[in-house]
Amino acid sequence: MNADLGVEIRGQGSGERGDAGSLDARALRGRFPALGRLINGHRLVYLDNAATTHKPLAVLDAIERHYRLSNANVHRGVHTLAEEATAAYETCRHRVARFVGAADARQVVITRNATEALNLVARGWGARLGPGDEVVTTEMEHHSNLVPWIMLARERGVTLRHVPVTDDGELDLAAFARLLSARTRVVAVTAMSNVLGTINPVPEIAEMARRVGAVVVVDGAQSVPHLPVDFATLGADFLAFSAHKAYGPTGVGFLVGRLERLEEVEPVWGGGEMIREVHLDRATWNGLPHRLEAGTPNIAGAAAFPSALDLFEELGLGPVRVHEQGLVAYALDRLSSLGFLRVHGPLDPARRGGLVSFTDPDIHPHDQAQVLDNLGVAVRAGHHCAQPLMRRLGETATVRASFGVYSDHDDVDALVDGLMAARRYFGS
Amino acid sequence: MSADDPRSPSPRLAGSGFRFASEQSGAPLDDLYREVVLDHQRHPRGREPLARVDASAHGFNPVCGDEVEVRLALDAESVAGVQVTGRGCAICTASGSMLAELVPGLDVAEVFRLIEGFRDLLRGNEVPPELDLGDLAGLGGVARFPVRVKCAMLPWVTLEDAVRSHAIGHAAGVARAGKEEP
Repeated sequence: MNADLGVEIRGQGSGERGDAGSLDARALRGRFPALGRLINGHRLVYLDNAATTHKPLAVLDAIERHYRLSNANVHRGVHTLAEEATAAYETCRHRVARFVGAADARQVVITRNATEALNLVARGWGARLGPGDEVVTTEMEHHSNLVPWIMLARERGVTLRHVPVTDDGELDLAAFARLLSARTRVVAVTAMSNVLGTINPVPEIAEMARRVGAVVVVDGAQSVPHLPVDFATLGADFLAFSAHKAYGPTGVGFLVGRLERLEEVEPVWGGGEMIREVHLDRATWNGLPHRLEAGTPNIAGAAAFPSALDLFEELGLGPVRVHEQGLVAYALDRLSSLGFLRVHGPLDPARRGGLVSFTDPDIHPHDQAQVLDNLGVAVRAGHHCAQPLMRRLGETATVRASFGVYSDHDDVDALVDGLMAARRYFGS
Repeated sequence: MSADDPRSPSPRLAGSGFRFASEQSGAPLDDLYREVVLDHQRHPRGREPLARVDASAHGFNPVCGDEVEVRLALDAESVAGVQVTGRGCAICTASGSMLAELVPGLDVAEVFRLIEGFRDLLRGNEVPPELDLGDLAGLGGVARFPVRVKCAMLPWVTLEDAVRSHAIGHAAGVARAGKEEP
């Protein structure tokens, strides 16, 4: 059940092997050249998709096609190549709008990444805040949804408040309700924790926030590539995510916003593209979204991202979710039954996205990850840019395995085999 | 090479029925986790509290969250005692344990020579032949794993901080600011 996201999904993943929905992960792997590599003599088992996903051939080809054939700057030439480059860049904007359910392509600002999108909101919209105003974020945020607000607090005297995380790895909504007041101007929350996997009830949170008149900023870096999303019904004012965690190129991200909120965002970067008229001592701004996009963007990256969106349209986000939920259920089942791991986050696969974090009390995450790498299994070990959450969990670091459309049960088995190998390796 | 030579690879996998890639392709996992390293990691030395603490420093690796606390008892000329505590990976823990074993008895100049020699080892540079690294030589495999160099250096940059804070504190009455990268 994924009513949390305002989108109904049919089908349920379970812990049973072989029940992973309708995706043929193994066949999909053939489209991702990097997944064909051997690492230390083993098939690459790539379980670091929450950090970045691999790129399908269609995306790689589109990047190359842009540079080989259509390379030109955007929005500033009348020649054929400039028109092609501009059309490709703007096609990305339209495709993203359609993908997230934004009615108007002007609602999509193209940034470098999700971090830049969140900083743009904190600086550009936050410019209207001052002492006495409060920003509410949560204890489970990635640093990219904490630090921009810390910077805002330093610069403008805004007060920060934080929603605590329960022992089950969920946001404490009763505590959230108590934090809200007429002083709350912003509620900034992740749709899905990059450490716990927890799927937060964004529509409910947004509704509570809007009742006190707060603007809702959603970090969708983890959720957008893995869960169906509909910006129109999500209740958010802003939604940030990046292309590179969604099978697209690095260096391209998006800020999706309600038009009336985006109109309130002050430009943070000045230069070409974002202006209408410039004098030596004054300038007027371009309209949305160009007002917020100064300078030459990552044109090739933007031109290629629709090829990644093609993959989602072909597979369907619903089946993607069912597939990844099935994998996380299987992984939770197998990891828990090992008996020596502390598994973090909600135990119900329906309440979490396709990733799982855990710690072995006897082996440091870096050492586990080193042994896993030796077996070709790529995981992330560390604090996952979520140091406050690490403190809450009482850990300095965890190992995280995160899934994508090309992950399957064999990958989970390779992870489990590797963890047992690490036990043997470091066991005394 | 004898079995207890710190340069010899770990024989732990022999007969375990499990074959690491390193056995097939030469990937140096066993060269990273040599037997002497695993021994220090399992039985870290220098954890006991000191009767007297003259200098201390806290080290933190922001990449992984590992933390080390180095406490020193100092005589007029040399280090009398060392305590190393904290939370870290096998490499960091073993390095801290070796530190606690090697440093007592050294004067400040010898401490800095040892730190520099260890840095040379981790960077793959030649270590001065007259310098005896002791068990630290067993961490030589770290040079082939660049992301783990900071793990190995963390106890040592923390030691450097502790020594310098004491030396400068005595010389000028001020605490040292800034930390040198490994």
